[in-house]
Formats: sequence, structure tokens, C-alpha cells
Amino acid sequence: MTRSTPPAKAASASGAPWEGSSTRRGFLSNGLRGAGLLALGGLACDSNRPHAGFLGVMERVNERFQRALFDPTRLAPELGEDEETDLEDFPKYKISPAFPVAPAGWRLAVGGLVARPLTLSAGDLQRLPRTRTRVRHHCVEGWSAVASWDGVRLSEIARAAGVDPRARYVEFRSFDAGYSSSWDLESALHPQTILAYGMDGQPLPIEHGAPLRLYAAVKLGYKMVKYLTEVNFLPVRSGGYWEDRGYEWFAGV
Amino acid sequence: MPRPVQPWLVRATHWANLVLLTVMAGSGLRILVAYPYLGPQGAEYGWYPWQGASPPPALTVGGWLAGARHWHFAFAWLFVANAVVYVAYLFASGEWRRRLFFPRRDARNAWGTVLHDLRLRKETPPSAGLYNGMQRLTYTAVLALAPLVVLSGLAMYKPVQLPRLTALLGGYDAARAIHLGVLAALALFTVVHVIQVLVHPRTLADMSVGREGRPEEAS
Repeated sequence: MTRSTPPAKAASASGAPWEGSSTRRGFLSNGLRGAGLLALGGLACDSNRPHAGFLGVMERVNERFQRALFDPTRLAPELGEDEETDLEDFPKYKISPAFPVAPAGWRLAVGGLVARPLTLSAGDLQRLPRTRTRVRHHCVEGWSAVASWDGVRLSEIARAAGVDPRARYVEFRSFDAGYSSSWDLESALHPQTILAYGMDGQPLPIEHGAPLRLYAAVKLGYKMVKYLTEVNFLPVRSGGYWEDRGYEWFAGV
Repeated sequence: MPRPVQPWLVRATHWANLVLLTVMAGSGLRILVAYPYLGPQGAEYGWYPWQGASPPPALTVGGWLAGARHWHFAFAWLFVANAVVYVAYLFASGEWRRRLFFPRRDARNAWGTVLHDLRLRKETPPSAGLYNGMQRLTYTAVLALAPLVVLSGLAMYKPVQLPRLTALLGGYDAARAIHLGVLAALALFTVVHVIQVLVHPRTLADMSVGREGRPEEAS
């Protein structure tokens, strides 16, 4: 309505002739500059800042696409023991200079938007319902491998802790030099998403995240945090070690 | 008014495809650098001769793995959209009749063209309209490869959410090999295509400025 009023009339109505028009001009030029920057930013493809510009817009489009494809009840095929990759061929990754060793008295803290925050020892976790999954592992680098993983479903932990309906994301923290990741709740509660303490029928090796790591069928490998210390159910997403450095946040498979 | 040899939509989608395919191939090769092997860990395919050989950096787009993945998954949509526009136009306009390969019409001409180009036969095959039989065969084959590159890419992107597609292609690692194989085929096509254009520069004018058709091309 103000926009359709001629400047002179608007100025006299405001009582300060220069104020109204200069504010409007400022608003217009700021608006134009903003639109120009938006257009440039929207077109930009900066390989070093993949979350920004056009690449960032398309990451969010692709997250929607992946969420639309995601079926919480669809299971990845469970594979036979003969399809397991030799343990020495299964790649081992860490951020710390050496494979990190669990601090004495290690516990897993489950918190955030939960009715009953938990502190679980290795023994507590072993006493929870045990599950085994043997699915294909997909790494962001392009390789695949297979191992069997023993542990407890994250959905079991969520039930024990009483997750608040406002929680939409789950954050995982570790003692590996601050390595972390965060997930959408749906993927975290998938039946093949587990907190694993065993691999290929043996206790989880240090090189693969002992004493406890996240394992899942529905995410790329870098989302599966090893050397776990904390699981937090949150109303907003947090980032993650690789995610903050430019890797895709959703990273479903 | 006679219509151009290459209608404007064909020209627009052709050059857009050049840009998009370059981005897709370059970013795809940068993704390959992260694990330049085919086959799962500990069971790399024996038939693939270039295990461990990284593509040259000059051919890659995206700088690093995360950058290249973002480029690849952003431009994949534009690549598919451009292809859909082209194919829709091809059928809506009737252009498919003079561009696609029909064995009964084009096989003999294609074979004659091959023999002529290899200097095994002197006489040129009779003009077959816009394209000769061999061109029609090649362009149709490239068009048939496009769905395969998209489907094998989707199988790799969502192997768990698209289990039937992934299984149809032989699994995640097989889809990855198919994806690279189609790229190799498209690269081979591009090399031959560019040589042919250099030998027949008139076609470059047709595809860029859109020269009007000569009477014998009116078919």
C-alpha cells in the first residue's frame, strides 16, 4: 500500500520529507543488492564450500529426495557368512594419530530430550537384547565390504531412555579426537541401526571402534561413529566431523 | 520458410549436454580417485586392468571428494532434465523418424558407410536424408546408454532404498563398474564424434548457428 503512494505524498504524510523517501530508496537499493548477491550466491559452485551456493541448494534438494525414498521398514538384505570380507581387508579409519584407547571406567551417556538419561557400561549394553546384522557396508570413497556386527538396536536404547517426541535428530560423540556425527531420527531408529560391540563373532577390535561403535545399513560409513561416548536425542541437527568439513549431512544409502 | 537442419531445441540441448556431461564425467572421475578400484574390498575384479590407477587430475572436476560428490549429485538433476527435454522434443516433433536407427531402413546404409570410411569400398552409400545409417546407429546407441548411466548411478547412490534396481544390475559394485563402463563408451563416442565433425565442419555450423536445410535434407 505504501509502495503505491507517490513519494511526495508519502513524504508529507510522514512529516519528514527526506526521511521517508531516503529510507525507501535505501530499502530498494539494499533489496536490489541483496537480490543480486542471492542470484550470484545461488549460481556459485565453490568446491571448497559445498554446503553453500547452488551446490548447497542441491544438497538440500537431494536430502528431500533421499528422505522421500527412505522406507523405515525396508531392510537391507542380510548376507551370508561366505560374503564376509576378510577382517584384514576391512579398512580401518581414525582421526587421532594412533587408534584411541577407551578411557578407564568408560561409559556410554544417553541424553538430550529423553525422560530417563542413561549411563551404560559395557556390561549394561551386553545385557540389553542382542542383535546381529550382516549387510553391505558402503563407504563414501566408493568401496564396499561386508562384516557381521553384534550389538543392541539404537531403537532399544531410545525406548529405554524414553525419547521425547520433539527429538528429531540424534547426535553421536566419540573419544576419537572429537569425531562426531548427527543423524535424522528415522534412520537412527531403523532396525538395522545398532550400537555394536562385536564384529565377525569377536569382541569389537580397537581398529574398528572398541568398545562401542555405531553401525547401520542405511548410511555411508562416515556417519557410523566409532569409539562412542555419547548419544544425544535433539530437536535440531548438529553437524559432524566430516559434515562440518563439507561432506553431505544426510548421506543415506 | 525451410526449417534449420538442427532445430533450436536440438541445438540448445546438445550444447547444454556438452557442459553437463563434462561436469558429470569430471566430478565422477574425481570420485573415482578416492577408490580407484573396481570390486569390493579384498575381492577386486580380476578383469579390470587399471586397478589402482587414478584418473589424471586435469580431467577431474570438484577438487576433492566432498566437492566432487556435491557437483555430481547437483548436476545429475540438470543432466537428466536436459535429456528428458531432448527426448520429449524428439518424439513430439517427429524428429525421431529421421534421427533414430531402424534396421530395415538403415542397416544396409550403415554397413556401406563403415566400408566406405574404412576405404574398403569406393562408392559412397546413397544419401539417406539428415544422417547416414551409421550416424543413426551411433546416436541411437548413445541415447540408449543414457538410461543405463542414470540407473547405475541411482543404484550406487541408493543401493539399500532401491534394492531391485541394484540387484538387477548385479549389485552395488557391479553397478559401479557399469557406470564407469558407460562413461568409457561415451568418451569413445565423443572422440570419434569430434573427429567426424572436424572432417565435416559443415555439421558444426548446423549444430551452432542452425543453418537452413538444403533440399536433399528435407526428408
